[in-house]
Amino acid sequence: MAGTASGGSRRSRLAPYLLVAPGILWLLVFFVVPTLTLAQTSVTGTEGPWWEAYHRALSNYGTHFFRSLRYALGATLLSLAMGYPLAYFIAFRAGSLKNMLLGLVVLPFFTTFLVRTFAWKTILNDGGPAVWLLKQLHILGEGGRLLDTTIAVVGGLTYNFLPFMILPIYVSLEKIDRRLVEAAEDLYSTPMGAFRKVVLPLSLPGVFAGSLLTFIPATGDFINAQLLGSPNQQMIGTVIQNQFLEVRDYPLAASLSFVLMAVITVGVLAYARVLGTEELA
Amino acid sequence: MRRFGRWLMDGVAILALGYLFLPIFVIVLYSFNKPAGKFNFVWKAFSLEAWRNPFAYEALYESMKLSLRVAALSTLVATVFGTFIALALTRYRFRGASAINLLLVLPLTTPEVVLGSSLLSLFLDLNARTGFSTIVIAHIMFSVSYVALTVRARIRGFDWTLEEAAMDLGAGPFRVFFKVTLPIIAPGIVAASMLAFALSLDDFIITLFNAGNRITYPLYVYGARRAAFPPQINVLATAILLASLLTLGATVLWQQRTLRQRGMSLAPRA
Repeated sequence: MAGTASGGSRRSRLAPYLLVAPGILWLLVFFVVPTLTLAQTSVTGTEGPWWEAYHRALSNYGTHFFRSLRYALGATLLSLAMGYPLAYFIAFRAGSLKNMLLGLVVLPFFTTFLVRTFAWKTILNDGGPAVWLLKQLHILGEGGRLLDTTIAVVGGLTYNFLPFMILPIYVSLEKIDRRLVEAAEDLYSTPMGAFRKVVLPLSLPGVFAGSLLTFIPATGDFINAQLLGSPNQQMIGTVIQNQFLEVRDYPLAASLSFVLMAVITVGVLAYARVLGTEELA
Repeated sequence: MRRFGRWLMDGVAILALGYLFLPIFVIVLYSFNKPAGKFNFVWKAFSLEAWRNPFAYEALYESMKLSLRVAALSTLVATVFGTFIALALTRYRFRGASAINLLLVLPLTTPEVVLGSSLLSLFLDLNARTGFSTIVIAHIMFSVSYVALTVRARIRGFDWTLEEAAMDLGAGPFRVFFKVTLPIIAPGIVAASMLAFALSLDDFIITLFNAGNRITYPLYVYGARRAAFPPQINVLATAILLASLLTLGATVLWQQRTLRQRGMSLAPRA
């Protein structure tokens, strides 16, 4: 029992280990071990040398990797462009509406992710409202479509992960001491200057966490590409899923998963260096 | 120029809100549609038909039941495991704590398709049949981290000397736990278990890999794009939304009440 072992008594030495044991064991068996199994699967069962599956993965699906990274990057930038102003508005300007707006931001979590993506299909349909509007405005030509385009896929990804961008930025903005902003303005900083020199740097940990929470799942996502795009927008997730569940070329599927993980890790580390922060969430 | 900058920021903020809200509006709206064919993607006419017979499709009903069972079971286990980890991390300093922190964050920074496929490769390796139990195993796995991190964030900074005070006043360990510790950590546990339940109910990618021939609600929706997409899907999605909002509202009220009883205020927490 947690309550029995407070302070630094002797019997408390074992207590934390007993407390973490079930959960950590679960993560070891069903998260760490599977990652090792995946590694093993990727290098066994092929005729050629151990890296045969990796060679096939990179030479056949390089375009899918690059496309996934491009789309995820696009979605992350769009989420940042939309999410930062909203997080700023909620943290600094919303007043008594703050809790309601935060509720609206997490509202999408309460409806099934897949059904929401299907809702975009409804909105972007050829006979749907969005296409009609854009045709009226002559932005879209006669035979123009929204469904099965890159715009639809990146837009869907942006939508899906936008709350993950907003919430960490909001948290870091909320933590900022308002007196710092006032002090900057007392010292004749313009509002823009105060924002650039005080608010923005202090909110960078939130931007960092939010970007990762958007970029990582977006890279591996395949629902948006599958439902809102055409085969021309296919992302690496579709390939992995297809190889694992339909083709059952396990070494290839496992090596694709591993390359995806490696690419994301490298990207995250590079990003961490650029932003100079190690803080996550 | 100054005013323009602010105006632009507010405009974008409102746009983002609309962007977040639009699909939800469409989901609710189309639950009242009477589609022309089998696919509920184009508006035809207003109808209460789907709301009158929400379980008209046997397979959809079964998938919802399965999802709720998976969510209940995995939430229960993950909440216990995650809360224990959070307690250990906030209450004790011990060797390996930072490794545990890392282990908790890693599943969140791994793409779902990798989590799902590696778990499947383990089950294949063990010759285990995928089905109900493997779905539950997978859901517990990704929920434990969320629960542990949420509970930890909520109970960090509480005054634990209250426990010692209770013990000094002669309370036994059980009394201390149920009268002091549990009330302090309860709001965090409730929030975390709601999150775990929602994540489980919603999960598609990891489940797809480990479901075998079982069909959860998201898997049913995914398959529906081929055969038929009835408005009942929207009815159930709307029902989930309403149920979550009611639960959330009730919890907020309950928390405000207990806090008021204890003479504290509901301070905004980061």
